[in-house]
Amino acid sequence: MEARVWGCRGSVATPGPDTVRYGGNTSCVEVRLADDSVVVLDAGTGIRPLGIELESEAVDEIHLLLSHLHLDHLQGLGFFRPLFNPSVRVHIWGPPSPVESLEQRIAQYLSPPLFPVRLADIPAEITFHDAPDEPVTIGSAEMIASLVTHQGPTVGYRIEESGRSIAYMPDHEPSLGVDLAELSPSWISGNMLAHGVDVLFHDAQYADEEYPDHVGWGHSSISQVVEFARKAQVDHLVLFHHDPHHDDDHLDALARVATDLMAGGCRLLSLAREGMRLTVGATSAASASSPASPASPSSPASAASPDGP
Amino acid sequence: MVSAGATYALAMQGGTGQKALTLILARELASNLATPMFVIDARGYLVFYNDAAEGLIGKPFAEIGEIAANDWGAMLDLSTESGEPLDTHDTPPAVAYYHHRPAHDALVVTALDGTRRHIEVTAYPLFAKPEEVEGVLAIFWEAGTNEGGA
Repeated sequence: MEARVWGCRGSVATPGPDTVRYGGNTSCVEVRLADDSVVVLDAGTGIRPLGIELESEAVDEIHLLLSHLHLDHLQGLGFFRPLFNPSVRVHIWGPPSPVESLEQRIAQYLSPPLFPVRLADIPAEITFHDAPDEPVTIGSAEMIASLVTHQGPTVGYRIEESGRSIAYMPDHEPSLGVDLAELSPSWISGNMLAHGVDVLFHDAQYADEEYPDHVGWGHSSISQVVEFARKAQVDHLVLFHHDPHHDDDHLDALARVATDLMAGGCRLLSLAREGMRLTVGATSAASASSPASPASPSSPASAASPDGP
Repeated sequence: MVSAGATYALAMQGGTGQKALTLILARELASNLATPMFVIDARGYLVFYNDAAEGLIGKPFAEIGEIAANDWGAMLDLSTESGEPLDTHDTPPAVAYYHHRPAHDALVVTALDGTRRHIEVTAYPLFAKPEEVEGVLAIFWEAGTNEGGA
């Protein structure tokens, strides 16, 4: 199983000279399974270049797992080329709602005046699925979804294949008004998804000093994500959903803080960056093939391979 | 590494485990309220009560932990305001749990330490989906206290 980051910015795309190292595209992670099935986590602006690659490979079936429908996780969908190929089957999974179907909610964005093409006019064969209550088989993997704490219905995902696992919680505030360190794991949102995973992509939007002004906004502070990963016994924590106001240097500083806090916790810690590849194999734990971040100097498999989207 | 199915099953049994998000959010709310509040899960277990509710039970939650429905019902000596014993199935939390509808009532409760309190209780089911109750939230308002029993 291999994960590749196509977008890791939170809230809004932030291209520019201050974000070239970690990237400005919003959330999108590609996961290739052993049987070559394609799973895509979220449809932020990073999904646009991914779509070009999938088109060039003539991929004809894609599972798109949406964590939620905030625009930074959906905005790229209309620019995802496979949607405009009638021979491509796209399964879109997302959070359930008691009011409107997933299709109806996505159609609010993919319709005028917000977008020129109506969802109903998109040529690909699209099937919508509410995030399931029980594990679902996708290709050679099993996918588990569970609601997590954010603003509005939001799900996190766990993908398991041959005893290895990836969890994805890009927008998540695991404790609200209570001390995460004092909670038992059973009372922590998302713990079941993250428990014992090889790689966890997790919200790391705020520096600790920024968090008090953003309680309840649905995102984590650096201390929270480190503690969350420690309690869930995660092997490799990947800090994700970078705040649009944090430039590359600021992110490096946050990673140093996280590394200091991590003592005794996860074995590896990295900052997500566009182009980062993580191989979660049967014989080794996650190996990162993007340039080593300052936060993961001890990574045994962090050899530079700076190919990006 | 645990398989996906096993992870799920374990979590559902409370093994690793994961409370429903509605219960997690309810607990976080309760933890920050000065109003007594019970959080009851889909099994009927009292899985959390806040510091303000300690007076109703007579002991802190940390000392008692999660309590099965029958056990926590028995811990509370309940009666009507006119002094008639009250079946635990007729209390607002029980009505919310068994009948999936909100309920409100005025009661007299005698805690483990013997303190009698006139209280009003509002309880309502937590619907995660239209047909799926993940638990019950019960809020208590104290109307008065008679120390040392009747």
